[in-house]
Amino acid sequence: MSATTWETVIGLEIHAQLSTRSKIFSGAATSYGARPNVNASLVDLGYPGVLPVLNGDVVRMAVKLGLAIGATIAGTSIFARKNYFYPDLPKGYQISQYELPIVAKGSLDIVLEDGTHKRIGITRAHLEEDAGKSLHEGLPGVTGIDLNRAGTPLIEIVSEPEMRSAKEAVAYMKKVHTLVRYLEICDGNMQEGSFRCDANVSVRPLGAKEFGTRAEIKNLNSFRYVEKAILYEATRQVDLIESGGRVVQETRLYDANKDETRSMRTKEEANDYRYFPDPDLLPVVLTSAFIDKIRADLPELPDEKAARFATDYALSSYDAGVLTASRELAAYYEEVARQVPGEPKLAANWVMGELSAALNKEGLEIAASRLSAQALAQLLGRIADGTISGKIAKEVFEAMWASGKDADAIIAEKGLRQITDSSAIERVIDEVMAKNPVQLADYRSGKDKLFGFFVGQVMKATGGKANPAELNKLLKTKLSG
Amino acid sequence: MSLVNQSLTELAAGLAAREFSSAELTQAYLARIAARGPALNAFVTVAHESALADAQAADHALKRGDGGALTGLPLVHKDIFCTAGLRTTCGSRMLDQFVAPYDATVVAKLKDAGTVLLGKTNMDEFAMGSSSETSYYGAVKNPWNLALVPGGSSGGSAAAVAARLSPVATGTDTGGSIRQPAALCGVTGLKPTYGRVSRYGMIAFASSLDQAGVIATSAADVALLLKAMAGFDPRDSTSVDTPVPDYPALLGESIAGLRIGIVKEFFDKGLDADNARRIEEAISLYTRLGATLQEVSLPNLPLSVPTYYVVAPAECSSNLARFDGVRFGHRCAKPRDLQDLYRRSRGEGFGAEVKRRIMTGTYVLSAGYYDAYYLKAQRVRQLIAKDFADAFSQVELLVAPTTPTPAFPIGAKMADPITMYLNDIYTIGANLAGLPAISIPCGFVQGLPVGLQLVGPHFAEERILNAAHAYQLESAWHREIPQGYA
Repeated sequence: MSATTWETVIGLEIHAQLSTRSKIFSGAATSYGARPNVNASLVDLGYPGVLPVLNGDVVRMAVKLGLAIGATIAGTSIFARKNYFYPDLPKGYQISQYELPIVAKGSLDIVLEDGTHKRIGITRAHLEEDAGKSLHEGLPGVTGIDLNRAGTPLIEIVSEPEMRSAKEAVAYMKKVHTLVRYLEICDGNMQEGSFRCDANVSVRPLGAKEFGTRAEIKNLNSFRYVEKAILYEATRQVDLIESGGRVVQETRLYDANKDETRSMRTKEEANDYRYFPDPDLLPVVLTSAFIDKIRADLPELPDEKAARFATDYALSSYDAGVLTASRELAAYYEEVARQVPGEPKLAANWVMGELSAALNKEGLEIAASRLSAQALAQLLGRIADGTISGKIAKEVFEAMWASGKDADAIIAEKGLRQITDSSAIERVIDEVMAKNPVQLADYRSGKDKLFGFFVGQVMKATGGKANPAELNKLLKTKLSG
Repeated sequence: MSLVNQSLTELAAGLAAREFSSAELTQAYLARIAARGPALNAFVTVAHESALADAQAADHALKRGDGGALTGLPLVHKDIFCTAGLRTTCGSRMLDQFVAPYDATVVAKLKDAGTVLLGKTNMDEFAMGSSSETSYYGAVKNPWNLALVPGGSSGGSAAAVAARLSPVATGTDTGGSIRQPAALCGVTGLKPTYGRVSRYGMIAFASSLDQAGVIATSAADVALLLKAMAGFDPRDSTSVDTPVPDYPALLGESIAGLRIGIVKEFFDKGLDADNARRIEEAISLYTRLGATLQEVSLPNLPLSVPTYYVVAPAECSSNLARFDGVRFGHRCAKPRDLQDLYRRSRGEGFGAEVKRRIMTGTYVLSAGYYDAYYLKAQRVRQLIAKDFADAFSQVELLVAPTTPTPAFPIGAKMADPITMYLNDIYTIGANLAGLPAISIPCGFVQGLPVGLQLVGPHFAEERILNAAHAYQLESAWHREIPQGYA
């Protein structure tokens, strides 16, 4: 075995599709799933004579992101042309930003596995248009071109090479994912390609100052693929170096089916993109008043919200982090907590426990929950006021989820109201004691463990409805004779 | 007086007074184009049917009393402007069969103004040339002498107006492509301020330099058409949102006291001595009209040709990448694979000059050369623009020759691109600085017209037009018609 300990160095380039109604430089719709080329205007098709006109919403969204990551917003940014030939690139160039991007020098904090925080630098975020796509399925011998996606606005968020493991990379990517959805600038839909990344991966001996030669893994569209692709690639590079080889700078593709990365093109084969400022577009000049207005309208950001939850609701930082993972989930939790005063932990446990499990089981987002915050709050209110026990509540929850009825209706219908009347409980205890003289004698002769047996018997006789605290108190008194 | 020898302004008055109908006027021009056009090769497409239909519609509008200043007046467009339903070739095999699905903003505005489109004029391929010889449809001839070039790239428009095949024409000017052919054909041609007229629908050559303008027989006619063409277009981010003056109404002001600058660098050794005399004569007419003269210097101007031939090819190499045989335009027969499709479609579709500029542009943008060429050229461009700004802090207008020499023989400069490029030495500066400039006829050298150029500060079109108009009120050069076309 080698004596060298290797360190993986990762930088991510995240492409987030901005959720505008129309494209970045044309009025065509950005809706997903239309018939090929239906959402391609003359501008998207790159027709002779047409010109791009910048969509102002795109600029506002980029500024939002920049402010949320504490970045510098460029007073003047410019669009450039990235020139290369490809059938799905209608103009023969992609309009992007090269020198002078709209957002530069920001950062995000991620939480590592040991609970410590790490700050990841964000070099820049720039605006660009997406390309179309080539279609092969059902088109024998030819390639189809669908330009619906051409001109879709993207923001590319480029991190510093500051992540040191696949897990850190995933934590960072998730953080960005959460943030763009908080800001409502990207729907985060990874299946549809609205949120994807390229990972720059290199390895070096632990403690080395210089970076190793990097490979860029293109187009990773799930957190799992990011993790697996980085793990595979880091191992490949270490094996290569340890067996006397050299890593070459290249672009690689991750094949999820085989769980491996494959070379796409080397540096020598790379295009010379001949970037130059796009003369069809004016520089984007932003006033401080424009930026201040956007700053004033920023929503509470994930980290701020988590900190507030931890304080206001006395939650652990883990719970606060989970509950603030999306704006919708956080809003749902807050509504439940508000309606069940004094029980924020109970609310947290239920939202993170039963509710999340039910949602996951059906693959639903919180917005599609079958239980409204009000409905769940009613249920938790019945636990809090002693009407039902936590155990019964789970049964009620299931019935609510299945039927859509509210908690009180189900409790009444099924007669699940907890017995808190001590004389009623005493009557049941007496019956149980009468039916189990042997166990009673054993208990009284010192077998304390049998206490649980009596609890169980009483619960069984009451259909679980005996108030547990009351039962404990009464049973202790009765059993001791 | 024959209908076709009247100015646009006169024709407008005649239509308004119902002396003739738009249909009669259109028929007269179509007949003249059919008879005289082929020898000049000034047209790529003649729009017989749609022209007559447009004319009838215009006559109805005039009859109803809802005609405008231009209703029923015929014109021609340079074949670089997209016209819905009528093919737009840009003088290239690449677009030989191309029919745009939309109208350029200039086309739409003039259509809305009620004009009648007679046809599309021949031009250097993709507007790359100074002689109208690089067209896929063959060289345009100069009506003053069919063995000579008409200048370019808007040579078809200039020749058509000079030969009175149309009272007015649109053109585009990237480095002199309106002014230089106007000078060589003895007509009046204005390149407006960059951003004054929308570029939407004008097939791009060099986006930061291209500007649409007008070729006519007088500054007054230019003013009439410009008013209808100019203005902000939300579809062109580089068009400027500033009000359009009523150019025709602003003509006729005295130019007494106008401070005119004579650019030292324009009167260099490259300027033909006879040409120089015509310019000097024109300048003395201005002094007689009360203008004051002052010599000014544009020290970086001699760098304008090399600067232009870095910036323009760079932009064109990118602008013309869309012609790849995939979606529109020429596609080679039976491509073997994608590379073959690209290579042969572009190889067959583009002519030699276009290829030369694409290669030059690709080179100057390449990694390792960008700073030395493109970036440096952009810096020099800023210096040239600053020179002009400094000059305009001292004077209100600059006068200069439009070209170093009158028209030259067809074929004379095709073998040597540098000699050809030097033809634009006096016109390129205005493009690099985005300034408005006009060329007006100011006399003849050996029977060939010579052009006087007036350059103004940004958005000073009315000042330029007024100064040109003042000259034309006192001279008759612009009324000269080539022999055989009167």
